[in-house]
Amino acid sequence: MAVVDLEEGPGALVVNTMIECKNIAKIYKSGEIETHALKNISFRINDGEFVAIMGPSGSGKSTLMHIIGCLDTPTSGQYLLDEKDVSKLSDDELADIRMQKIGFVFQSFNLLPRTSVVRNVMLPLIYAGRSETEREEEAKNALRASAFPEEFWNHYSNQLSGGMMQRVAIARALVNNPTLVLADEPTGNLDTKTGEMVLDTFQRLHQEHGRTIVLITHEQYVAEHAERIIHIRDGSILEDGKVKHRRLTNHNTHQ
Amino acid sequence: MKSKDILHETYTALSANKARSGLTILGIVIGIGSVVAMISIGQGASGSIQASIQSIGSNLVLVMPGAQRGAGAGPVSAGRGSAQTLKQEDADAIQKEITLAQAVAPEISRRYQITSKGKNTNTQVVGTVASYPQVRNVQIDVGSFISEQNVRSLSKVAVLGPTTRDDLFGEGSTPIGQTIRINRVDFKIIGITKAKGGSGFTNQDDVVFVPLSTAQRFLAGDTYVTTISVQAADPNAMTTIQQQINDLLLQRHNISNPQLADFQVLNQQDIVQTASAVTNTMTILLASIAGISLIVGGIGIMNMMLTTVTERTREIGLRKAIGAKRKDISLQFLSEAVMLTFFGGFMGIVLGWVISLLVAQFAGIATQVSLSSVALSFGVSAAIGIIFGYYPARRAASLNPIEALRYE
Repeated sequence: MAVVDLEEGPGALVVNTMIECKNIAKIYKSGEIETHALKNISFRINDGEFVAIMGPSGSGKSTLMHIIGCLDTPTSGQYLLDEKDVSKLSDDELADIRMQKIGFVFQSFNLLPRTSVVRNVMLPLIYAGRSETEREEEAKNALRASAFPEEFWNHYSNQLSGGMMQRVAIARALVNNPTLVLADEPTGNLDTKTGEMVLDTFQRLHQEHGRTIVLITHEQYVAEHAERIIHIRDGSILEDGKVKHRRLTNHNTHQ
Repeated sequence: MKSKDILHETYTALSANKARSGLTILGIVIGIGSVVAMISIGQGASGSIQASIQSIGSNLVLVMPGAQRGAGAGPVSAGRGSAQTLKQEDADAIQKEITLAQAVAPEISRRYQITSKGKNTNTQVVGTVASYPQVRNVQIDVGSFISEQNVRSLSKVAVLGPTTRDDLFGEGSTPIGQTIRINRVDFKIIGITKAKGGSGFTNQDDVVFVPLSTAQRFLAGDTYVTTISVQAADPNAMTTIQQQINDLLLQRHNISNPQLADFQVLNQQDIVQTASAVTNTMTILLASIAGISLIVGGIGIMNMMLTTVTERTREIGLRKAIGAKRKDISLQFLSEAVMLTFFGGFMGIVLGWVISLLVAQFAGIATQVSLSSVALSFGVSAAIGIIFGYYPARRAASLNPIEALRYE
């Protein structure tokens, strides 16, 4: 019950809009054929929300994720991140936004092999040009936040299990203290049990640290771990609403 | 991104595939090594050729007869130096009138069969004067050289070169006071010269010196000389001396058109310059052949870097997703290529040095590894890293992060 209070607490206080999409459309052209991946999508995500974007493959959810994650720009429409229009920025300006404001978690982890866990987590800070002591400190904080056991900190990333790897990736997404954590099918390569552990980590980050999390998935079950689900189909929003029966993972073990 | 981090990333990436990095480095090692070795061998050869030219004397101007022509020979030229146009008097005139000349040594040389106590050899017999050792840089090992008194009194004395001595009397012997027979005339040995070493085609140690007057009277039977060696007081005076001798002899031989001169005046500096030009051409030739292997090594680097970029497409995508800019990515891959060539260049210089030492040891060429050739190879290897690494690095930097992340 305490958990529910925590959830509503920040939601009631914070009214800042973090993401605002206005009439976003994305058209891919290959030769004569135009593919409308996104058609006129508009929605808002507030600071501190935990939103799942759900849809079957080909629905345009990946394209939407790329735009939200500043990896791509929309063909038309406006995308405001932290009240700043990022839909017309150049590649390098987008890279700066990604470095400062966004943390990515991918389905296939994308860790650097033959590189220690700590170094993997530090990577975004290396590009941000932070000092060595500072980034080590931040990396350790991020690893603690993602509940990654300390005895594996100096292991190579390719010596870890899938669940562990995904938690390293979560720590890496948190290390630059982003305003938005973007998870693209984070449980897609994991079995149910380790998937549950990863989702638990996300819920805890949301509740205890107040992180804004956007989760992209095609599974209803995974999406129900979020507070709100945006259903996408054929490039349009089908439904956008609070989760009626929210699944809470058993994270009471973490005080 | 800080340079220390780039170095760390580069090291990690290169050590991840040691065999491949090693083989790629090997290409550069061979390229740079052969460039360094070839340049050092070329410079060594040039040095030893110049040294042997210097060993025939310093500040030397040589006067030789021109080609034989005229009524008897018809249109056939017997080649330069074959005519008998220089006489003892020409040498005396040079000595008298050209004040810049420090010493003048006329000589007559021809090959004769020489016998002594059952052994015999065929060698160059040089009839000359007392100033010859000074002009032609000959040093006496045992005994003495021909004196002015010997020349005046037509003494039948001889000074042997060490090779001739070895041939006639056995190695290391001192046959002072013994006699040799040249052209059925007996000569008493009064001295042995020090070894000078061979200079290309002629062995300067296989020679017998006799007084000029004796050679003219008993061996040649005439008063012509084959060469007049003139030593200038200093190197700057050589061109002037050359001109003065030319004018003097033209006047003495009554020749108005310098094109028809029956003699030629050679300046030692010209010979040195010609020889240097030849050896420099050889050095450039050798270095360019070695340079080809360096380019092949560079192509190896490019090949490896392109493979690496393809293999690490997802990693590049990730790096871009977490905030790496184009500049960061291209710098990372460029520094990998440069580090490969840098290692290769360093090891190549060591290899080239070792090769040049081995050549000096076993082939007897005094090779020189100059600082400039080392600096040049280092510069070239770094440049190769940048040139051949640029395209793969740019390709990596221009990858689209979305497609790179999806790459399988």
